[in-house]
Amino acid sequence: MAEPGPGRTLLVALAVCGVCSLVVTGSVVLLRPFQVENQQRERERRVRALVDGLPGVSDLVEAAGEARIELRVVELATGAYATSRDASALLEKSDGAEGEVPLPPERDPAGIGYVPTHVVVYELRRGDRVDTAILPIHGQGYLSMMRGYLAVAGDGETVRGIAFTEHHETPGLGSEVESPEWQARWQGRRLYGSDGEVRIRVVKTLPAAGSPDAPYVVQGISGATLTSAGVSELVRFWVGPDGFGPYLERLRAAAGSEGEGDPS
Amino acid sequence: MSEPTLRTLTRPLVDENPITLQILGICSALAITRRLDTALLMGLSVIFVLTLSNASISLLRRQVPRSIRLIVQITVIASLVTVVDQLLQAFAWELSRQLSIFVGLIITNCVVLGRGESFALSHGVRASALDGLGNGLGYAGVLALVGGVRELLGSGSLLGVTILDRVDAGGWYQPAALLLLPPSAFFLLGFLVWGVRALRPEQVEAPEPRPEAAQTAVAGGR
Repeated sequence: MAEPGPGRTLLVALAVCGVCSLVVTGSVVLLRPFQVENQQRERERRVRALVDGLPGVSDLVEAAGEARIELRVVELATGAYATSRDASALLEKSDGAEGEVPLPPERDPAGIGYVPTHVVVYELRRGDRVDTAILPIHGQGYLSMMRGYLAVAGDGETVRGIAFTEHHETPGLGSEVESPEWQARWQGRRLYGSDGEVRIRVVKTLPAAGSPDAPYVVQGISGATLTSAGVSELVRFWVGPDGFGPYLERLRAAAGSEGEGDPS
Repeated sequence: MSEPTLRTLTRPLVDENPITLQILGICSALAITRRLDTALLMGLSVIFVLTLSNASISLLRRQVPRSIRLIVQITVIASLVTVVDQLLQAFAWELSRQLSIFVGLIITNCVVLGRGESFALSHGVRASALDGLGNGLGYAGVLALVGGVRELLGSGSLLGVTILDRVDAGGWYQPAALLLLPPSAFFLLGFLVWGVRALRPEQVEAPEPRPEAAQTAVAGGR
């Protein structure tokens, strides 16, 4: 092995770097499509696992047929999609929520203290219509912070299902929030009155059949008054103006104008 | 200059195995041998990198000035490893996520640079490629052995297929949880080195090497 001058050393170094960068760049560019496909499949798999874990909601996916699930970042204040933000990155980094706006106590019935500015929602889409929107919700129960999902139909006002994925309520009483029987009581309930005011509510005793309140109420869990009240408050908060209200309003408007299910 | 022979290929399998004789590449052997499939994929990746890096380094050996030979070798190795990483992400997504950074860390695997320095720089292209292939196979073999034992005894399965019915799945086998932890790979490698040296006493190092008598190592083993 000879010891050449600096010029030749530089030349060899440059040549090696040139060839190596071509090889690396080539492989990155050529393999990119495969990798993107893999990433998308992974994201869908994760969402599906989440949806399958929600009792009642997985049946919706079945029923929706060829519907697919999409992740969207929603700006809560306006209800619009924040297209500049990457939903899966947000999910990975901070559990699907970004920003912290402190809530004054009088506007914080769910006892959560802060509300994010941007939240990842799951949309079950058929064609370009939103079939079901799955919204993450949380709030104070009797003993614990309860976390779950509320599934709202594409009309922006009919409840498709509710699920609590995390809570530490009294076993056997408040813990009934995770029972399929209780969650089934939410299906088909309506969220808003004719003026757009939040009317959904958890009550101790159901009103008589035919009462004007009937479509808007869910019977609470017997023996778990405070947990039921907590669920009531947190659902009312999250479908209200400080929660997903603006977003659901866009869904309602889009469903009203027929055919255009996209609230963006 | 030796002729490329089958011996070049077979010698690193047992007699001069990079892991059991030279104790190189231990890092990755600890980290990714919890399951057989990751161990096999890692072995394949190292075979690919080592064969091609040895061949390329040998091809360049007359052109590369001595002063920059290490940098050139590392550049070649790093490029190849990046290509492997990209390939795995494209065609073995699930496993590549489990291997995570350890694919990238093949660059720092002493076996690769060690073979480049000690063999490819002084041998022909075919001999160097064979040497790389042989060392890769030797490395992959040990990884597969350790990975197989750890998965079988630690999880009761091989390549994800249940072999021993675990207690928690209603079977009889109580898994050895220790084998799921990285240190167990150390123990297994220790037993393996012991076994190989019991069968091949010529591999046993001279006792108590004094500092002045210590040989200068080609590449520090990690």
